[in-house]
Amino acid sequence: MVNQQASYDIAETQKGRWVTRLTGMTKILVLLSLSVIGMVSYDTWYLVALTIFAILFYQSAHLKWHQVRGLLYAIAAFTALNLILVYVFNPNYGSQIYGTSHVIAGSGYFILTWEELFYLLNMLLKYVFIVPLIFAFLYTTNPSELASSMNRIGFSYKISYAVELSLRYIPDVIRDFKQISLAQQARGLEMSKKAGVWNRLKRSTQILIPLVFSSMDKIEVTTRAMKLRRFGTQKKRTWYMYQRLSKLDYLILTVTTLLIIIGIGLFWVDGSRFYNPFK
Amino acid sequence: MSDKPIIQFSDISFQYRSQEEATLHHINLTINKGETVFITGPSGSGKSTLGNLINGVIPEEFPGTLSGDLTIAGKHPSEVDLTDLSFEVGTVLQDPDAQFVGLTVAEDIAFALENDAQPLSVLHEKVAEWADHLNVKQQLSKHPQDLSGGQKQRVALAGVLIDNEPILLLDEPLANLDPAAGRDSMKLINWLVKNQNLTVIIIDHRIEEVLQIPIDRMVVLADGQIIADDQPDQLLKSNLLLTNGLREPLYVTALKTAGVAVDHLENLADLASLKLDKGDHAKLNSWMAAQPAPDVPTKKQPIIEVKQMTFGYPGEPQIFDQFNLTIHQGEMVALVGKNGTGKTTLINLITGFLKPTSGNLYFNQTDISDDSVKQRASRIGYVLQDPNQMISKTMIFDEVALGLQLRGLDPETIKKQVFETLKITGLYPYRNWPISALSFGQKKRVTIAAALVLQPEVLILDEPTAGQDLAHYSQMMDFLHHLNQTQGTTVLMVTHDMNLMMAYADRTIVLDQGQVLEDATPGKVLTNLDVIKKAHLAQLSLQVLAEKADASDPITFAEKFIAFERSNRDGESASFI
Repeated sequence: MVNQQASYDIAETQKGRWVTRLTGMTKILVLLSLSVIGMVSYDTWYLVALTIFAILFYQSAHLKWHQVRGLLYAIAAFTALNLILVYVFNPNYGSQIYGTSHVIAGSGYFILTWEELFYLLNMLLKYVFIVPLIFAFLYTTNPSELASSMNRIGFSYKISYAVELSLRYIPDVIRDFKQISLAQQARGLEMSKKAGVWNRLKRSTQILIPLVFSSMDKIEVTTRAMKLRRFGTQKKRTWYMYQRLSKLDYLILTVTTLLIIIGIGLFWVDGSRFYNPFK
Repeated sequence: MSDKPIIQFSDISFQYRSQEEATLHHINLTINKGETVFITGPSGSGKSTLGNLINGVIPEEFPGTLSGDLTIAGKHPSEVDLTDLSFEVGTVLQDPDAQFVGLTVAEDIAFALENDAQPLSVLHEKVAEWADHLNVKQQLSKHPQDLSGGQKQRVALAGVLIDNEPILLLDEPLANLDPAAGRDSMKLINWLVKNQNLTVIIIDHRIEEVLQIPIDRMVVLADGQIIADDQPDQLLKSNLLLTNGLREPLYVTALKTAGVAVDHLENLADLASLKLDKGDHAKLNSWMAAQPAPDVPTKKQPIIEVKQMTFGYPGEPQIFDQFNLTIHQGEMVALVGKNGTGKTTLINLITGFLKPTSGNLYFNQTDISDDSVKQRASRIGYVLQDPNQMISKTMIFDEVALGLQLRGLDPETIKKQVFETLKITGLYPYRNWPISALSFGQKKRVTIAAALVLQPEVLILDEPTAGQDLAHYSQMMDFLHHLNQTQGTTVLMVTHDMNLMMAYADRTIVLDQGQVLEDATPGKVLTNLDVIKKAHLAQLSLQVLAEKADASDPITFAEKFIAFERSNRDGESASFI
C-alpha cells in the first residue's frame, strides 16, 4: 500500500532516511529505468550489483517487517511458481542459450543441466533486486508526490491525478467493504470458512452491489467538488507539493545513469545480453 | 449592505430531463450584494435545485429544461460554464468528506489555485494566509478526513474562499456536526459575513440552528415555489413553517402554545435579545403549571450488559478500558457525545463487528461473547447510518426477506413474516417496488424492516434521522416510539440531535473518551453545564426561554413542552411515509 501516513511528515524525513528526502520524480525514474535495464540484462555480476544498490535503497526506508511481510510472501510464492513453470515448459532452454550442456541429473525431456540452473538463478536475481526497490518506493512515496512526479515526467495531469485519487480511495473502499460485509453477515450471510469457496464467491457479489452503489455516490460528489474548483479547465496545473531537485537527487540520478551505461556497456563486453561462465 | 442585486432569478422554471414534472416553478428572487440569505424548505421542495442553479451545476451536470432569465454577478449561467461561474460563487457541499480532494489539508486548500496553474510561491503564500484566517494552521499536514467535524468545515471553507469569490453558497453546513461544532460553524460564517464582505446563501432545513446568527432574509420553498421571502422575525410570527412540514425554533412554538402574542415581540428570531414582559412570563409559567408531569419510566431487567470490556484499534491507544454498561428491557436510550469519542466503536463491539481485547457481553443474563455477527443479529438488529451500505437487493420484498432466506426458513413462513413486518413499517403498499424508486428516508425504513424481520429484541440505530426534514423525521421517530411501546423493542440510538433525545429517549448515556460521563434522564443531562461543555452538547432553546420567563425549573418546562408536542402528534402519525 502506498504510504499515506508518515512520508510527508517532515519530522520523519529528517532522521537520515535519505530515500524519503528524494523527490518522487527521482524515485520514479530510478525505479523505471533500473527495472528496464535489469529485465533486459542477464549479466549475473551486474544483477548482483543492482541488488546491492536496491538493498541500500530499501535499508534507508526503515521499513518494519510487518509492513512488507504479506506482500513479500505473495511475491515469493509467485516467483517460485514462475521459476518452476519456466523449467517445466523448456528444461533445455539454458543449454540453448549458453551453447553447452553440463548434465547434473536425469535424461530426456526433464534433463537438469548446470546451464538451466544458472539461467534460473539469473531470473531469480531479477526479482530479488526489483522487490526491495518497489517496497522502498511504495512505502516512501505518498500519492500526491507520485501524481506531481508523474506529471513532471510527462504524463498528463488528469491521468496523474486519477492515479492519485484511486490510490487514496483504496483505504476508504476497504473500510466500506468491511462495513458492508459485516452488515451482510448480520443479515445472515455466512462469509467464514464454513461456507464453500463457490458459495463465498457468489455471496461476495452481495457485498459488491452496495459497495458499488455507495462508491458511485461518493465519486459523483467528488467529481462535482473538483469541477466546482475548476479541475481540468487549464492545459497545465501546478502542485502544492512540488519539490525542487536537491543535490541528493542529482547524486542518485547520476549513480543511476552510470549503472545504466555500465549495463549497456556489458552487452559489448559479453557479446550478448548473457554473461556466459560455461565458455 | 447595498441594494445592488448580485443574483437575480426572473420567472425561472426548471425541469430535470429524467423527471416528469418541473422541480421549480416561476421563481422570482433577488439577492443583493452583502446579504445573508437563508433558503429553506422541506425535502423535495426544490431548495437544492435552486442552489445548483446558482453555482452552475445546473445545467452543466444535470441536463433539463430551463426557462426564464437568471443573472449571477452580471453573468448568465446558460451562456457561461461552471468554470466562469466558479470565480463568482464558492460552494461548500453538504458532505465534507466527499468534497475533500487533496491528500492533506494544505493541498486541499490549494486545490483551486493549483488548477488555475498559479505559481508555487502564490500557492504557499495563499494557503498560509487562509489557514491562518480560519485557524487551521496546526492541521496543514493532516488528512482532512482525520479532522473533527468543525475543523472539516473550516478547511472546506478555506478551500473555497481562497479564490475570493464574492458569493458563498453553503449546502447544509450543519449536517453531521455535533451541536457544539454546529454552533462554532455558524459563528464562523457570521464572522466571514462581517469581515470578508461576502454575499452568503445558506441552504438547510435546520431552522433553529441556522438562526443562531443574524440572517437578513429567509426564503421558504414548497413544491418548487417560493411561498415566503421575508425577514426571519416576520416569518416566525406566522405559522407558515409548521404548516409546510418545517420545524420552527422550539421556543417560538412554545411561546405560541402558551398563548403569548408573538406579533408584538421584537427580535423573535434572536432568543438572546428577545424581550418578554411580565404578562408573557405569567402565560408561560401558568401553561407549564397546567401540564401533567411527564412519567418516569421504571427500570426493568437488564437486556444487554457490557462487562469489563477493553478495546483499542491496533497500533492506537485503548478506547475502552474495563468498560461497563447496562441497557434494560424496553428502554429507549440515546447515546450521545462529541464526534469521534467512541460511540460507533461501542456499538460495533455490541453487534460483534469488532472483537474486544477482553471483557464479556451478556444478553438476558446469557454470555454471548462468543456468538458470531450472524447469531447476534437475531437478537440485536443494527441499522447503519447510510442505507446504501446495507441494501443489496433491487426489490423491497427481496431485501426484507433476505435475512430469513439466509436462515433457511420455508417460503410460506418467509412470506408471512415479511408481509407482517412490511405492514408494521408501513411499507406494505410498496412491497413490489424497486428500491431505487424510494427516497432516502424510505430506504432507511427498508433497512429497519430488514433488521426487524428477524424479530430482534433490541434495535440499534446510528443517526436514525440524519438528513430528514421534520415530516419524515417525526414519522421515523414516532414509528420507533410505537415499536417500543407496542412490541416492547428496546431501542438504542446514536444521535447529535438534542431535541430528538429530549423527545424520544427515556435515558441518555453521554460518552466521552471511552468513559460514561453521565447516565441520566435527558432532562438531567441538559441541566448539567459541565457535561454539556465536555461532550459538545447544547442546551435547548426551551431552557433558555424558561430562564427568561423566570420559570422555577427550566428543564421541567422543556420536558413538559416536548411531551406535550409529542402527544399532540400521536394522533396524526397513524399513517407512515
